[in-house]
Amino acid sequence: MKPSLGSLLSIDQLTTEQIEAVLALARRMDPNRPTRLLHGKRVVLLFYEASTRTRTSFDFAAKALGAVTTLVTPTSSSIEKGESLIDTGWTVECIGADVIVMRHPNSGSAHLLARYMSVPIVNAGDGMHQHPSQALLDALTILNHKKQLRGLRVVIVGDIYHSRVARSNAELLSRFGAEVIFCGPLDFVPEVAATLAPGVSVSHDLNAALQGADVVMALRVQKERLAGKNHSVEDYVAHYQVTPQRMMLAKPDAILMHPGPVIRGMELASEVADGPQSCIHEQVRNGVKTRMAILAMVLGAKN
Amino acid sequence: MESLLIQRGRVIDPASGIDHEMDVLLRGGRVAAVATPGTLHGQAQQTLNVRGAIVAPGLIDMHVHLREPGHSHKETKVTGTAAAAAGGFTSVCVMPNTHPVNDSVEITRWMQSPERGALVNVFPIAAATVGSEGEKLTNFAALKKAGAVAVSDDGKPILDDKVMRNALRRAARLNMPVVQHAEDTRVTVGCSMNYGATSFRLGVHGMPNSAEYSVVERDIAMARETKSRVHVAHISTLEAMAAVRRAKKAKLRVTAEVTPHHFTLIDENVGEFDTHYKMNPPLRSVADRDAMIAGILDGTIDAIATDHAPHAFHEKQVEFERASFGITGLETALPIALTVLHHHFRLPLWRIVELLASNPAKIFGLTGRGTLAKGAHADLTIFDPKKKWTFYASDSLSKSRNTPFNGWNFTGRAVMTIVGGKVVYAG
Repeated sequence: MKPSLGSLLSIDQLTTEQIEAVLALARRMDPNRPTRLLHGKRVVLLFYEASTRTRTSFDFAAKALGAVTTLVTPTSSSIEKGESLIDTGWTVECIGADVIVMRHPNSGSAHLLARYMSVPIVNAGDGMHQHPSQALLDALTILNHKKQLRGLRVVIVGDIYHSRVARSNAELLSRFGAEVIFCGPLDFVPEVAATLAPGVSVSHDLNAALQGADVVMALRVQKERLAGKNHSVEDYVAHYQVTPQRMMLAKPDAILMHPGPVIRGMELASEVADGPQSCIHEQVRNGVKTRMAILAMVLGAKN
Repeated sequence: MESLLIQRGRVIDPASGIDHEMDVLLRGGRVAAVATPGTLHGQAQQTLNVRGAIVAPGLIDMHVHLREPGHSHKETKVTGTAAAAAGGFTSVCVMPNTHPVNDSVEITRWMQSPERGALVNVFPIAAATVGSEGEKLTNFAALKKAGAVAVSDDGKPILDDKVMRNALRRAARLNMPVVQHAEDTRVTVGCSMNYGATSFRLGVHGMPNSAEYSVVERDIAMARETKSRVHVAHISTLEAMAAVRRAKKAKLRVTAEVTPHHFTLIDENVGEFDTHYKMNPPLRSVADRDAMIAGILDGTIDAIATDHAPHAFHEKQVEFERASFGITGLETALPIALTVLHHHFRLPLWRIVELLASNPAKIFGLTGRGTLAKGAHADLTIFDPKKKWTFYASDSLSKSRNTPFNGWNFTGRAVMTIVGGKVVYAG
């Protein structure tokens, strides 16, 4: 296997070869056939924010490779007492962590931690910035259905502005030559979003964006954020919900994705979420495999 | 009476229209004479030959946070003024966002008390409203009498139209400017940097240019209407610069300062969340940075001020969005002005002196400062515009180290700083 990744902080930081290596390794990983690849390794899951999918799948991924895991959350630790992120990191490192998987509400927190720690950091989501493991598992999912990423038309619809998933995905897909269309109301999809990477564009018209799409990725839309921008739920649903009718505008073999949690009836109609084009469950399954590959690679385990 | 003769320097004093090799005689804390080289020979106890160096009126920083009272873990009057002296500043004008806020005669006096141990002159800028809460005006006349040179709610801009109008009127009667940190804080809640491609990529909420220029434009409109004086602090946007340029064309009493970082750095320099590039106003786009340079070159800008804002390590070594705003600047302002403006953009030295000494003195009414006219205070900055050196934050005399200029190579620096006839720094 290729040399260790070091920390996994953002998609930006990865070379094309590293991304391909993670995906190749992820394909070979099988959570149902545990190995001792990371036997004796200690994985600390430092979660400053709530998470179901990401936390559990990193946990299972680590265990499937024979590592032990410990969960640290703010409410049950010294974080609540005002300990700084760096001090918490040092503490966790001194206790014996071999890798720290962190979810944090502030953008850039994973970079901050990585600057001071000597163990690798895996960014499991930092504020609105990055969610690299999600983009990698999404790429794996897309590639299960499409020959290559190059030339694909990928529509990401929802609250792009607040979404680390959108940023990581767009950066990865753009790197491999896919066309990415960010779609949603202006407050969620500002014009500046198009500057993120080559091949990224902005649209406020979902029907137009969906024409000829190969991949439709819906993102969670929070009611409070709609209200904060004086949008009604009704209005959002009318213009931006992915419905069976709208899915017809995409290519017949288009796939439907969602990083979860899905708010049914908001960004997705249930018929679509549960429909034949939906890859939502597959994404979750791929999450465990991809995170197994990531942990193996950041820890430089020989395969 | 103590006396000092400074020989053979190139004296640049824009206020007196002098740019020649001259000798300067200081006696009893005042400038006793400026004369043709050799003619003052033997008149002083001490003589200093500074051939090749520039002798300028002492530099004045219009915008400094010395943190006392209340935040002495960041800076004290002693450490802050030591950094000022090392940077060539003989006077610093200090902002009122201390704890408690300087909204009173007592704190204004406390700040200037000799017991504080300041190495350079300290001129307080008092709060414009009680507690800088933007509601009730402070007693401008009493504050001025106690030594305040201007009023400002720096960092907590006066947004209420009525309060701002009254502040401008009251200050104008005392011939003081209102110094405004122009930021519509209603739209910048939760923002940590400039709004643009970089803030989007980093997933950080950004402050749009409009949050600054909308306030600048309103303040200018009010200055026109009330025939009063407004001073735009640390201007950072292209649009605000255009507004100030128009105001000057219309002969309004509007002045503006720019910081060295706003005419050298841009938002992209934040890189991967480096908190040493986090300040307010934030670093802007290339177009904005270029507009700052243009404003300096065409005379729209009156002064260069540092907005020296020291913070302890633990206030900067945190998540970007949680880090304190601000950087130190006293020791790098003159070197940046010389390196970037003089050497790169060919701005004449007399204009640098005007931006850093003569104009600040005029704007804040510091009589007998910012000039080397006979009888002026013996505040002098002697600098070598050609000296090549590297700035290291670890060598800073400030209590804090939060500067983006660590490791920068400069051409030019202060070699001696004299306050009231006494040498307070010699490099």
